[in-house]
Amino acid sequence: MSSQSKFKFPEAVKTPSRFRNPIGKYRLHRTDKCISCGKCVEICSYGVHVIRRGKVFAENHYLCVGPGCPDPCHKNCPEDALFCRKNPTFDALGDKRWTADLLVSTWYMAENGCVPPGGLDYKVGASGGGFDKLRIIVKKGKTGLEDLPDEEFDTTVKLNRREDNAHRVKIEVPFYGGGMSYGSVSIRTILSRMKAAKALGTFCCTGEGGYPDELKPYDDNVITQVATGLFGVKEETIKRVKIVELKYAQGAKPGLGGHLLGDKVTPAVARMREAVVGHPLFSPFPFHSVYSVEDHKKHVDWIKAINPQALVSVKVSTPTDIDMVAVGIYYAGAHIVHLDGSYGGTGAAPEIAKKNIAMPLEYALPKVHRFLTEEGVRDKITVIAGGGIRTPHDMAKIIALGADGICTGTADLVALECLRCHNCESGRGCARGIATTDPELTELMEHDWGTQRIINMFLAWRKEFVRILKRLGMKSVKELVGRSDCLVHLDYMEKKSLKS
Amino acid sequence: MPEKYVIHTHPVPNRFKPIARSGVIAWEEGCLRCAVCVKEKCVYDVYYKRGLDARYMTDSIDNLCMNCYRCVQGCPKELIQKSVNPEFTAMGDSFFTPAIIARLWYQAETGKIPVSGAGYPGPFCGPGFDSIWTDMSEIVRPTRDGIHGREYISTSVDLGRPSDFLLLDDAGNMVEEPPVLVDIPMPILLKVPPFGNINHTTFLGWATAAMKLGTMLACSLEQLSVLPRELHPWLIPLLDMDSLNPESIPKGVRIVELVKNDGWEDNLAKIKSTFSDLLVCIRIPMKQGMEKEALILANAGADIIHLQREEALTADEKASEEFGPRHVKEGIRSVHMALVDANIRNNVTLIASGGFAMAEHVPKALLCGADAVFSEFQLLIALQCRMCRRCVSGLSCPVDIGGASAKWVTARVINLFGAWHNQLLEVMGAMGIREARRLRGEVGRAMFYEDLDEATFGSLGSVGEGFELE
Repeated sequence: MSSQSKFKFPEAVKTPSRFRNPIGKYRLHRTDKCISCGKCVEICSYGVHVIRRGKVFAENHYLCVGPGCPDPCHKNCPEDALFCRKNPTFDALGDKRWTADLLVSTWYMAENGCVPPGGLDYKVGASGGGFDKLRIIVKKGKTGLEDLPDEEFDTTVKLNRREDNAHRVKIEVPFYGGGMSYGSVSIRTILSRMKAAKALGTFCCTGEGGYPDELKPYDDNVITQVATGLFGVKEETIKRVKIVELKYAQGAKPGLGGHLLGDKVTPAVARMREAVVGHPLFSPFPFHSVYSVEDHKKHVDWIKAINPQALVSVKVSTPTDIDMVAVGIYYAGAHIVHLDGSYGGTGAAPEIAKKNIAMPLEYALPKVHRFLTEEGVRDKITVIAGGGIRTPHDMAKIIALGADGICTGTADLVALECLRCHNCESGRGCARGIATTDPELTELMEHDWGTQRIINMFLAWRKEFVRILKRLGMKSVKELVGRSDCLVHLDYMEKKSLKS
Repeated sequence: MPEKYVIHTHPVPNRFKPIARSGVIAWEEGCLRCAVCVKEKCVYDVYYKRGLDARYMTDSIDNLCMNCYRCVQGCPKELIQKSVNPEFTAMGDSFFTPAIIARLWYQAETGKIPVSGAGYPGPFCGPGFDSIWTDMSEIVRPTRDGIHGREYISTSVDLGRPSDFLLLDDAGNMVEEPPVLVDIPMPILLKVPPFGNINHTTFLGWATAAMKLGTMLACSLEQLSVLPRELHPWLIPLLDMDSLNPESIPKGVRIVELVKNDGWEDNLAKIKSTFSDLLVCIRIPMKQGMEKEALILANAGADIIHLQREEALTADEKASEEFGPRHVKEGIRSVHMALVDANIRNNVTLIASGGFAMAEHVPKALLCGADAVFSEFQLLIALQCRMCRRCVSGLSCPVDIGGASAKWVTARVINLFGAWHNQLLEVMGAMGIREARRLRGEVGRAMFYEDLDEATFGSLGSVGEGFELE
């Protein structure tokens, strides 16, 4: 364990919302009957009520845990001046995959560095299948690991399993940041993610939009992407990093190219991408130089010729023959196969592509894991799963289904208070200053704030993941890889119990 | 290469404000009159642009609001809230859900493919076609534009009975005339829906749209009779009489539809002997025994089989012995396979109707084995129909569809199918398939929820003794 104790995780620092009124699930109303006795301030353990100059306010009512509260202020109020209601705005928020519960609990994690204390379902969404129907099963009673400190648990993932001349890279947490280009998100968003990746001992990908100079201090934590448009790809940028990602396809728009709308091509973006201001940019599909596994090997070899020590990651989407694709990727010499499931994020994609093309990650990953194992090469390549992973529970489930680690994207943005309004692509981009290149909107967010929010969320993820490991009686993430026997699918469980 | 098929679309404004998913609720009481109000800081200038529709007393703010919540989160007195609009959630039915209706409205208004940021927000999978994922190709794709000298994607399909081979004499001339085929540029035909606040202006608009799109509109003989002659080649009249007088078939018509009633064989023979170049489509309901019926029709010389899902709107709830397969998806596959097994699949055209809501259902229906589909309720929704069915009980139409001009109707329908056609291209491009004809029955390039879910999770059903859910 000595190698892990060398790495020290940062501390969580309370980082409240950028906005005046954070959104919670419940709202507390205080009537005129309040006599400011301070009883509510005293009994609420969530810090909802504050007293200022002799007057009591439900200032942080977004922290209220609602009906599940063990000491409800409204029931203990001597004057019956408080009542608790569900926040109507909460119901208008979120969708089936990212429910309002998941959004608000991710905001909680980003603020506090731990999972919410109650009232919110922070484990699963409401999509009715895949992750949302899978549950982790554990032995009843104690495992004996409960009291071990979190530092004793090994959450590192080795990325170079070929044990070749390339860097022997290890990440301290079983996740790294997925590609989001300069242009699709603001420089502050990119910097926040990069700085958080460095603090957490992991990586973050540039996406296909160039490698801004501001990222130089984080070179050792950057994955640079080579995608079909080759925007901003230079020999120099490939030499600068430890991991290079070849992107063949993206889960949210498999088989389709990238598209940056003209409005987002500001002078700075155009310079970076060597393009014309105000004109939409298309990344074609596919690589017009790749029509076979042999052609693909040529690409991998290019990277290795330019930067012999670079790890090569290959990002693909999830067609029926994904297992064959994965094996091809291995034999072409890549170190990492990165599966991007069809329910992953995007800056802009046709809605028809998000839902209908290629299969969800939950089907593709076990298929690839099984096939690589049968081919006898599973331990020579790192399998990274991305596209639709929202919570530490999703992460544990996909690792149990066979991934070595995962890749995040949307969750990072939710930590920065994205609420999935789906307007990243239109006009000036994100009205909340996350996925925009508009100078004024970019100002809405400070990157120090963003960095800490992302660090906090991932510290909460790690803590929760370690808690799951404890419950499973495991001491490292490696023990969980491919342990699908630790999972149960509610649909099939129901069928079984119905039969018997 | 043949001329490229392009549907020209242009924005066609709504006649009525569409119903928005959620509404802005802003109270005045308790307002602090801040020097700079959050409403003035709206990125989208919603509060400046808002207006009142005097006729319907609705505020346009809910249609303009882009849901960034900055005003909700910025107002110092928390006087602004968003809430779900009950009028929106009450729209449509289990098949045409509020979200689907709203997306179809958007396409009819703009002619554009819905594009948005952030990942897929919906359920893991759904009933029927929503439980199919289409395949994609990691490295090969034809392009929609035919750039780099590569072929572009063709969406055209043939209607009729193509023959398997041509017979040539010693001199190399064809022994018999090639079969009559009607080539339509996309695998979507239109069909007059069974209800709606519609009149001859609406028919004129729809028929003109069919002509401009190069596809056809199925209607009744009566509906055809009020339309100008130059539109007749784009109409498929339904001849539902027991004993048919072929003289009654208007000139210029290329396809007629028959109901499979008692006299159908006589009627088919009469038409075939009178007009050698007229294609006959015979309609059968999608229910038990349909495979047998389809075989009889194909062997008797029907050119097109129209497999109609009755009760299309509640297909899943009405699944029963009487109604046959659970979903159109299974119905099409079953008939397609029966024809394949009998070795006559290539000699007949199979068109399915009912059970389609969105663009993605078209390629999926083709993957299940149809040659083309009929779209019907979309013709109403393109005109802002809310599927409220007030017209069925004789009440007034909330969006006065009957009052719309034919020109507006045509433009809206062209927009919708322009967007659908583009979406079809997206799906085919991703699959690396460059001909719509090759989609038919290609189940190897489709992934079915039932298969994948069982294969992946079927073994994950037990919780051992002494274990519990985390």
